[in-house]
Amino acid sequence: MHTALVEGGQATVDTAAQFEPFFPGLIILLPLIGFLINGALALKHARVSAAAVRLGGELDLGEGDHRPETHTLPSYVGPGVMLAAFLIASVNFIRMLSVELHEPHVIEYWTWIATGTFTVDAAIQLDQLSILMTMIVTGVGFLIHVFSVGYMSDDGGYPRYFSYLNLFIFFMLVLVMGASYPLMFVGWEGVGLCSYLLIGFWFSDREKSDAGKKAFIVNRIGDFGFLIAMFLLFGMFGTLDFVPLFSEADNLEYGGSLVTAVTLFLFLGAAGKSAQIPLYVWLPDAMAGPTPVSALIHAATMVTAGVYLVVRSSVLYALSPIASATVAGVGVFTALFAATIALKQNDIKKVLAYSTVSQLGYMFLGVGVGAYATGIFHLITHAFFKALLFLGAGAVIHSMHRSLHRTNDHQDPQDMRNMGGLKAFMPITWGTMWVATFAIAGIWPFAGFFSKDEIIWQTAAFGGAARAPYPALYQVYWVIALGTAILTAFYMTRMMVMTFHGSNRTGVEEAKHLYEAPPVMWLPLMALAVLSVVGGWINVPEALRETFIGLGPLTSEWLHRWLEPVTEQAHHIQEFNLGEVAEQAPFGGGEVTWAVISTVLALATVLTSFHLVIRKNVRAAAEDPELSGFSKVLYHKWYVDEVYDRLIVQPLIRTSRFCWRVIDARVIDGIVNGVGWAARGVGFIVSMFQTGTVNTYALVLTIGALIILGVSVF
Amino acid sequence: MIEVLFYVFAAVALGGALGVVWAKSPVGSLLYMVATLASLACIFVLLEAHFLAAIQVIVYAGAIMVLFLFVIMLLNLGHDYQRDLKGGAFALLSFVIIGLMAGILARQFGENAITEPTAGGRAIDAALAEHGAVGAIAQPLYTTYVVPFEITGILLLVAIVGALVLAKKSSL
Amino acid sequence: MINEALVLSSLLFVLGTFGVLVRRNAIIMFLCIELQLNAVNLAFIAFSRLMGIDGQVFVFFVMTVAAAEAAVGLAIIISVFRHYETVNVDNFKLLRW
Repeated sequence: MHTALVEGGQATVDTAAQFEPFFPGLIILLPLIGFLINGALALKHARVSAAAVRLGGELDLGEGDHRPETHTLPSYVGPGVMLAAFLIASVNFIRMLSVELHEPHVIEYWTWIATGTFTVDAAIQLDQLSILMTMIVTGVGFLIHVFSVGYMSDDGGYPRYFSYLNLFIFFMLVLVMGASYPLMFVGWEGVGLCSYLLIGFWFSDREKSDAGKKAFIVNRIGDFGFLIAMFLLFGMFGTLDFVPLFSEADNLEYGGSLVTAVTLFLFLGAAGKSAQIPLYVWLPDAMAGPTPVSALIHAATMVTAGVYLVVRSSVLYALSPIASATVAGVGVFTALFAATIALKQNDIKKVLAYSTVSQLGYMFLGVGVGAYATGIFHLITHAFFKALLFLGAGAVIHSMHRSLHRTNDHQDPQDMRNMGGLKAFMPITWGTMWVATFAIAGIWPFAGFFSKDEIIWQTAAFGGAARAPYPALYQVYWVIALGTAILTAFYMTRMMVMTFHGSNRTGVEEAKHLYEAPPVMWLPLMALAVLSVVGGWINVPEALRETFIGLGPLTSEWLHRWLEPVTEQAHHIQEFNLGEVAEQAPFGGGEVTWAVISTVLALATVLTSFHLVIRKNVRAAAEDPELSGFSKVLYHKWYVDEVYDRLIVQPLIRTSRFCWRVIDARVIDGIVNGVGWAARGVGFIVSMFQTGTVNTYALVLTIGALIILGVSVF
Repeated sequence: MIEVLFYVFAAVALGGALGVVWAKSPVGSLLYMVATLASLACIFVLLEAHFLAAIQVIVYAGAIMVLFLFVIMLLNLGHDYQRDLKGGAFALLSFVIIGLMAGILARQFGENAITEPTAGGRAIDAALAEHGAVGAIAQPLYTTYVVPFEITGILLLVAIVGALVLAKKSSL
Repeated sequence: MINEALVLSSLLFVLGTFGVLVRRNAIIMFLCIELQLNAVNLAFIAFSRLMGIDGQVFVFFVMTVAAAEAAVGLAIIISVFRHYETVNVDNFKLLRW
């Protein structure tokens, strides 16, 4: 079974063995069932609580066993279906490990659309990439569901929350398992919907429902690109199913304008969903949703759908150097840009949100330089450590919120300036979050080190390829990526110090109510902490093979080999057109050298930052003075929201108002009313002929007779 | 001789028609109408339509005009000398229109003088000689036109019933 | 003589039409319609000199229909008169806007 893991093991694998899927449809179906059950409970709860409000009271949820079933069943159904789906996905994964699967395994269920030459089947595609994504979605999803049981336990919308969460997983699985672009688009739109529903979960708060709308609308811009790309693809290939489409893509001209257009439009879609410049603005606002939602949707799974899309379409991207350079450029600039903003944010979730945008930028840099497996690698490790960071932040907010609530303090529970010294109260959260911080900062041997370092290295290597397009550009990208890694280490340490270290700023009374999260919340943290450590070991670089703790031969470049069937076509195209990649960074030095340099740099930054921030006198939010100079610009996020407001939103509002007041109210209503008036006027005039006098009718009759006579005679 | 008679009767008919239009009282109109109908009956004779001439006198001038007279007297309109002619632009327009109509019709009918005897005239003369005045019209009426004839019978029945219903004092 | 009969017929017809147009008394309008019918009868008879006996048969039908029409029409006038106490058509303007 593990033969595939052994290097060069292809020869020993029984190639005759067929991959036999294990109820793959059930993976998708189970979350849907969970959604239906939880949704039914939510509707029931809504009726019960509405009745309670009518009677003049509020529904008391009670404690423990006294809770109504609408608040106990989802605790089992929600995570339960996720665990079942994860186990089924694991069985499929293990079966796939044991055989050599060169072609994707497509299972068609029924014909969804059939019009003319255009046919779309409701089919799922099982291959190395989709099974990996399914594992991440269901696995991390399961842990976050478990965490939510604790985090949301006091919320009135508990069953509704779980129904949305299950529905999200359902659509996410459709997205990653669908065997064609339209099916992927169904999942794509579905996760967008669930994102909207969950960001605006506390919809009675105007700001939060507005954040949901913002996410939805900004994503529409990206979806427009996705749709255009699908139209173009259909025009080029006559099909939108992955397998026939990519096998025909080989015949395309390298660097053709059509394929460039398609890939750029696809990237517009990816930029919307994955929060890249210029469409990233919705993600920080999306933090209005419950924190586990931020962990699941806005860090681990949904926002990485864009990366998945690019990797899925890797053949097309490999054919277009312009699009690839755009992807990499947008990615690296987003990474830098978001990292600078994260430096000055005080809301713990905002820091993590910008950090997510930044890390997504790294992923796009990876896929933009043709390192598709590396992009997926960073996606996986990021899913682990960013989910952990968000859940840890969730535990902190949960504790803070309860403490402030019980002491009737109206401070912001998410503002780090109000925290400080939480290490003493929440040791498990503190420890696990430091693990994640090391991981994201890229310190050996945590997960992020391997994935992020590989992206940076691949950027250098790609720029040094024999016939690389725009080599200087990739050198700039490489420098920015390195610099951003240092910024990442800095702002993450700043966040940790402000939250957990230094003196406590919550207030004396409040501090008495601070304590560690319940086990149902810290158990997922522990699990994710373990994954954040070992997650990177699945793809130890070839160069570090010998130096690594005994796993080297087993896991060296494992992910690359595993994804080879998915990415090899793209790699062939790239190698054929660009030649071999370089083994050297722009300023000399090999992979190992730069790995050591970057980890030392990261560690040094963490230490420096730790000392800098801890010595700085952080004051509580209420007493904190206004920022000035460049810090202020960063604090206000480079004023991008304001610029968008000025350049896009306000003109749009003015145009809309013009359309409403002039075009609609005057012109269109004028036409409509004018038609009405005209009809009435004509009716008034014509009705004059209806005199009621017989002689008049006779006269008209006679005139008619005369006309007929005249016509027939002359 | 016949031509002279025709012109005399035609003059009487036209004069009667003018009287119908111009007479003040309904009774006067009615009497002018009788004159017109009678002279038309004479013209029918001149045109060799003897049976129809008889019918014209008996049914039209006799029965229908008497019916009109009954109604006028029933409604006591005999003394209604109020002038009911329309005047002004309406009358002028009507006059222009009927003038045009008369011009067109007269021009059409006056052109292409038809000289007798014609084919139709000969056939009628033959039928008259063979069947007599009544038989000549009865022959097609009871053969070719038997269905319309029967329908006319039904029409008369319906008219009788309808007239009774409408003229009854108390509504049904 | 056929031409002359046809011209007479058309003159009688337009006179009848004129009467219908300018008179307000319903009974006289009725008489004028009878006049028009008679003008048509004359035309039929004149044409029967050209086309054969069928024209005369149609005159027979016209007379029958005229009789029926007179009966019904006069009945209507009677019932209208009962309601309005007049036969002046200017007073019957119910079918008006």
